[in-house]
Amino acid sequence: MSGDTILSVDRLTMRFGGIVAVQDMSLSAERKKITALIGPNGAGKTTVFNCITGFYKPSGGTIRLSHDDGRTIALEKLNDFRIAKQAKVARTFQNIRLFPGMTALENLMVAQHNALMRASGFTFLGLVGAPVYRDAEKHAIGLATDWLRRINLLDRADDAAGNLAYGDQRRLEIARAMCTEPALLCLDEPAAGLNARESAALSELLLSIRNDGTSILLIEHDMSVVMEISDHIVVMDHGVKIAEGSPREVRDDPKVIAAYLGTDEEEAAAVMESGS
Amino acid sequence: MTAPSTNTAKKTATGIPALLKTALVNAVIALVLFSLMVGIRTEAGSDGQLTYWTRFGEVAALVAAVFGGSIVIELLRQWIGPTGVEKLVPPVVQSGMSFVGRYLAPALLFVTLLVPVIFYDQRYILDLGILVLTYVMLGWGLNVVVGLAGLLDLGYVAFYAVGAYSYALLATNFGWSFWVCLPLAGILAAFWGVLLGFPVLRLRGDYLAIVTLAFGEIIRLVIINWQELTGGPNGVSSIPRPSFFGIPLDNSDNGLAAKLGIEYSPTHRIVFLFYLILALALLTNWVTIRLRRLPIGRAWEALREDEVACRALGINTTTTKLTAFATGAMFGGFAGAFFATRQGFISPESFTFQESALVLAIVVLGGMGSQLGVALAALAMIGGFELFRSLETYRMLVFGMAMVLIMIWRPRGLIGHRAPTVYLTKAQAISSDLVKEGHG
Repeated sequence: MSGDTILSVDRLTMRFGGIVAVQDMSLSAERKKITALIGPNGAGKTTVFNCITGFYKPSGGTIRLSHDDGRTIALEKLNDFRIAKQAKVARTFQNIRLFPGMTALENLMVAQHNALMRASGFTFLGLVGAPVYRDAEKHAIGLATDWLRRINLLDRADDAAGNLAYGDQRRLEIARAMCTEPALLCLDEPAAGLNARESAALSELLLSIRNDGTSILLIEHDMSVVMEISDHIVVMDHGVKIAEGSPREVRDDPKVIAAYLGTDEEEAAAVMESGS
Repeated sequence: MTAPSTNTAKKTATGIPALLKTALVNAVIALVLFSLMVGIRTEAGSDGQLTYWTRFGEVAALVAAVFGGSIVIELLRQWIGPTGVEKLVPPVVQSGMSFVGRYLAPALLFVTLLVPVIFYDQRYILDLGILVLTYVMLGWGLNVVVGLAGLLDLGYVAFYAVGAYSYALLATNFGWSFWVCLPLAGILAAFWGVLLGFPVLRLRGDYLAIVTLAFGEIIRLVIINWQELTGGPNGVSSIPRPSFFGIPLDNSDNGLAAKLGIEYSPTHRIVFLFYLILALALLTNWVTIRLRRLPIGRAWEALREDEVACRALGINTTTTKLTAFATGAMFGGFAGAFFATRQGFISPESFTFQESALVLAIVVLGGMGSQLGVALAALAMIGGFELFRSLETYRMLVFGMAMVLIMIWRPRGLIGHRAPTVYLTKAQAISSDLVKEGHG
């Protein structure tokens, strides 16, 4: 895989005590493309995700993020909130983590915390109502409104996030991540629990985000979504990478089918032979 | 949500046998409890020996009361319907409520402003008003930490003490005026707030509560034992009274009364103190309301809702928590400085855990995060406590029962819903079911 890589993970290893969740995993994601990370349950996808987004500190290996301006950031050395703040990596969660008691609009405003914090002179300018901050807040509300319109939730802007329908909450969480203006958007099973129509809308949203210039890394079980939108797919099983390539290549790879069916490779190949 | 409550409704409405069974169980529990607590009375006799006598008549009366009371409560419950269910409120009542809601706060403020005018001759009411306002201010200060940031702080009185001792010591040792010491007291309290914040950053829930509780006790013990500085249990006395921006409020020729050419009255000082604490409380309120609408305030509330999501959005949770502690502590420090100047004498006895518990109760009763709720709760708690004074021994009992009833009817406080900090078309109150209480 050549071209312009935004994220390169090299020999990533993550151990929890004696258990090796991820072993010498390498992957790279291209700029302004959608890279999908798939694999059976328990393959270690979310662990890789948590290492990239700073929720786990990797036991070994390197994670490099290169920005448009040529800066390269070692993500494994940053921790916690700094990955989102400095490296501009945003993420969503497998189980939705919105702020349920705050409105949809407020959720998107919280996402712009760091920009607004600077504009409010770390609260002091904002407290006295300086025009600088008022302009910044207006701009932030504008950005949030744009995103609410894009995810089709503009009329629910003032409703509590916890009152939204499940599919709406999923889209709102993506919009919230996008309001941090990230370089890389990491989505952990965004289509989980969505119906066919909602999945299709989600695919459309993700493609539009990619076309606007944000790179996406995606974990997903819904193969219709993965196959439709991914530019590149990485397959994991038991903590190691077993295959990667374009959606077509991965779909026809006997190793991938074996991993999903839980059988060994020859059997899977035989199944495929008899099928075709 | 509705499914389980309809189930309970069916269960409670099963008729007389179930009713009697519940009442019987309650009566048996009462019998076991009261037979020892009331039934046998022990006392030291004249020679120091143990004497005891039995009071089975009283026990029987109490058990009968519990039996009868259980039946009445069960019947009431069936009549009212299951608790925790959203009831349909008629639109007339609803619009009336929203009308009251809109004008309650301005009306309260107006009445408060007029209190010294109406009750000018009644020293008792003025003193009570000052006390209530002090707790309103403390409640609003703690509301930042507990209500907005969702960090349970059981040692809030520590900052109150730091503020009080800061003013008392600076004023008695260096002769600095109240208006110089007030900001210093706030800054010192905020500094201690940050100091407390650092070790407890990683703690949540019960663990956080215990450490803050210990912090409150530590401050009190340091004050008791550091005799050279604080005077130990004897406290600090003859703390200067506040001046009207440099003009003393006394009977001298330089006093305010003499300068204005009116007759001196000790009430002048009380009225001045009343407006002083009102101004301080309103400052707390104004700053809190503004902070809520700033990114830092939204980050506090987001922290209460979901800390992990905050981190994923690039919010520095460490500084966010520390600023919450510091802001809350600063208001506590202001209130402490006011307390010291009002009393003229402070000792460690004023800063016990009971004060922390009282302020926390005000915040919880008012509805965490609600400014108006906290003010109403302070009025109910402090004012109500005085109202029941004539009941003497039974005061605490009546007061406790009133609190239990309020918690049954309004489990999320007097004002449980949350007002959004920003809106596009219309600000809608957010139901308390959705708002998180925070994890610690």
